[in-house]
Amino acid sequence: MSELKFEPKIVAFVCTYCTYAGADLAGTSRLKYAPNVRIVRLPCTGRISPMFILKALQKGADGVLVSGCHPGDCHFTHGNYHARRRWMVFRALLDFTGISPERVMFSWISAAEGSKFADLINSVTEDIRKLGPFDQYQQLIKETESPATL
Amino acid sequence: MAKIGVFICHCGENIAAKVDCTKLAAAMGEHPGVAVSVEYKYFCSDPGQESVKKAIRDNNLTGIVIAACSPRMHEATFRKACAEAGLNPYLCEIANIREQCSWVHTDSDMATEKAMDITRSMVEKVKRNNILQPIEVPVTRRALVIGGGIAGLQAALDIANAGQEVVLVEREPSLGGHMAQLSETFPTLDCSQCIMTPRMVETAQHPKIRLLTYAEVESVDGYIGNFKVRIRMKSRYVDMSRCTGCGDCITKCPAKKISSEFDCGLGKRTAIYTPFAQSVPNMPVIDTASCIYFKNGKCKMCQKSCQLNAINFEMQDEFIDLEIGAIVVATGFQIQNTAVYGEYGYGKFPDVITGLQFERLASASGPTAGKILRPSDGKEPQNVVFIQCAGSRDPSKGVRYCSKICCMYTAKHAMLYAHKVHGGKTHIFYMDIRAAGKGYDEFTRRAIEEDEASYIRGRVSKVWQENGKLMVRGVDTLLGKPVTVVADMVVLATAMVPQSDAKEFAKNIGIAYDEYGFYNEAHLKLRPVESSTAGVFLAGACQSPKDIPDSISQASATASKVLALFSKEKLEREPVIAINNEATCAGCWGCVLACPYNAIEKKDIRDRSGRLIKQVAFVNPGLCQGCGTCVSFCRSNSLDLAGFTEKQIFAEVMGL
Repeated sequence: MSELKFEPKIVAFVCTYCTYAGADLAGTSRLKYAPNVRIVRLPCTGRISPMFILKALQKGADGVLVSGCHPGDCHFTHGNYHARRRWMVFRALLDFTGISPERVMFSWISAAEGSKFADLINSVTEDIRKLGPFDQYQQLIKETESPATL
Repeated sequence: MAKIGVFICHCGENIAAKVDCTKLAAAMGEHPGVAVSVEYKYFCSDPGQESVKKAIRDNNLTGIVIAACSPRMHEATFRKACAEAGLNPYLCEIANIREQCSWVHTDSDMATEKAMDITRSMVEKVKRNNILQPIEVPVTRRALVIGGGIAGLQAALDIANAGQEVVLVEREPSLGGHMAQLSETFPTLDCSQCIMTPRMVETAQHPKIRLLTYAEVESVDGYIGNFKVRIRMKSRYVDMSRCTGCGDCITKCPAKKISSEFDCGLGKRTAIYTPFAQSVPNMPVIDTASCIYFKNGKCKMCQKSCQLNAINFEMQDEFIDLEIGAIVVATGFQIQNTAVYGEYGYGKFPDVITGLQFERLASASGPTAGKILRPSDGKEPQNVVFIQCAGSRDPSKGVRYCSKICCMYTAKHAMLYAHKVHGGKTHIFYMDIRAAGKGYDEFTRRAIEEDEASYIRGRVSKVWQENGKLMVRGVDTLLGKPVTVVADMVVLATAMVPQSDAKEFAKNIGIAYDEYGFYNEAHLKLRPVESSTAGVFLAGACQSPKDIPDSISQASATASKVLALFSKEKLEREPVIAINNEATCAGCWGCVLACPYNAIEKKDIRDRSGRLIKQVAFVNPGLCQGCGTCVSFCRSNSLDLAGFTEKQIFAEVMGL
């Protein structure tokens, strides 16, 4: 290889009942997937504040994944619907601020979908790899020379 | 100042083979706030736990991180160890470096790097963990059993015999389920109805069991110990308080040619009917789809014949609301739609039948009174071919699993046939004979040796009709030759599949299911009768294909789980609940809109003279389930979720 390959860093916010269990299933099934995703476990996708996503991007993540139970399957009946609405609004805001909304992805993975989880992680990693490193925030700091914080 | 202990488990080779644990331990040891960072082969073992406890005591640790398997595996184990060492159990966090790291990555360096990130972020989180105390909630000592087949009956009887109240809900007009349809049962060949019906009667007459037949669970709310269940009593159009089950209405009903579900379409029933003669309760229902009155507005023959005025055409569905402490799901199975095997001609040739239809033919209470007769012409078949795995273990038909009971019941069918039709010949096409169970292999050997069943190892490719005979084309893989067997009747050992509405039902009551729709147990080996939802237990074939002894064992196991739950006055619950900062809460009630559990109440804040200053949100700890939806909704950042506070999560993200 001529140059060092860009390895994206992706933070995933997942609910403990569906997607986290799905990720565990991928593990117990010994499926192999890209090692670029770091999981933050929450009780429900309804708990995910847009601030978490911004914090992850600010901290240096190249992409963020939000994943929860399928619509209708939420352990907490409808936390995932709240998450979905919040995400729709948040995506529009990201677009407005000039951050590519493709960097923040949303998906539904159930506790039974270990292989879907593995596929998703691979495809998300490839998508973010294509988008390249997220350095807008760092550049902004450099330009203004003011250490902006959230 | 935080003093965090990091304990890195090798899990034998499971973690250590991919993640460089020594490097990980060294890196964590240098992380600010980490007082101890050690590795060990198995921290979940007794000496492993002891070493954790010792480290907590010796170093006065303020929190620990176990970098090991999923928190779903051993979080409880290490929390307990923490408590024993005098540290609040909620100051323990698990870094999942097995299921989500070592098992899923191939590159050792990348896996080690990821393990470091995971562990570091948990260290950052645990630094900000608060001391929490479990919440106590009362337990309603009443169990709901859903499904009145053999599993449901067994669970209901076991719980009731221990003196606890049971509500048994069955959606069909009678108890019994599939077992009531069977002729004789393997491996003892005792009559199914003879062992089943006394249980049905006992259940119906039990003083602790409230029986609700022709009823369905409409909704389930609440949580372990405190479920609120709504039951829909489907209208029978027969007043159960008046009906004596004399059966006059059934004999008078002019709509007599309706295909009987209980007889799998081989027999007929009337529009007002009981599924079978020994139904419990022995009270009919009206099938409105076939009733002449409901179709044309004229008839009412049943009403005229009823001397007790029990028939009420105006009856509506009713709802019953119940407070329930534990739920046993025993909703059973159905057999796979045989249409997936077009090549076997089911539906095209009347003499190609399913195993369950064969049971009805062989049953003394069945449409032929126990004589094996062909559905097409009522003649006794002289040659019968049985096709095993008609659906099971066939990924192309969507069923990859083994249905478990077919090898045994096919051997039984061959035996029953040999006992009833002397001189008849049986051929059985099979893939493998799976006869694991007490007396099972002896049973299949008996079918071969004493009842002369001829087993052919191979699959059938096609069944067609020629000169009034069924031609069965298959392969004998032991001879390595194709074979054609001439048959009068073909019996398909169809796969056991989940009920067609199994997934919908699971969503309704909030339990997890697998890709087929069988309900998931909390742990396949260690917690096989508990569902993923606390307080909901699984019995029988709704979890996976099972025979009668297995269903009964599992049902009794659920009963013991329910009784253990009912043995306590109060339950301890995880203290993961939302907490409101009343000083900053502005009372916008956004959280009230967001809460799925109506757990947020309005609380008055008054000054010393009793004057109302403001209203704030108050989270009822008994109702809050800890989803945290309200927290991210809160405009003033007043709400926070214990165990997953804003501080903790931001720290976790910063640690990555």
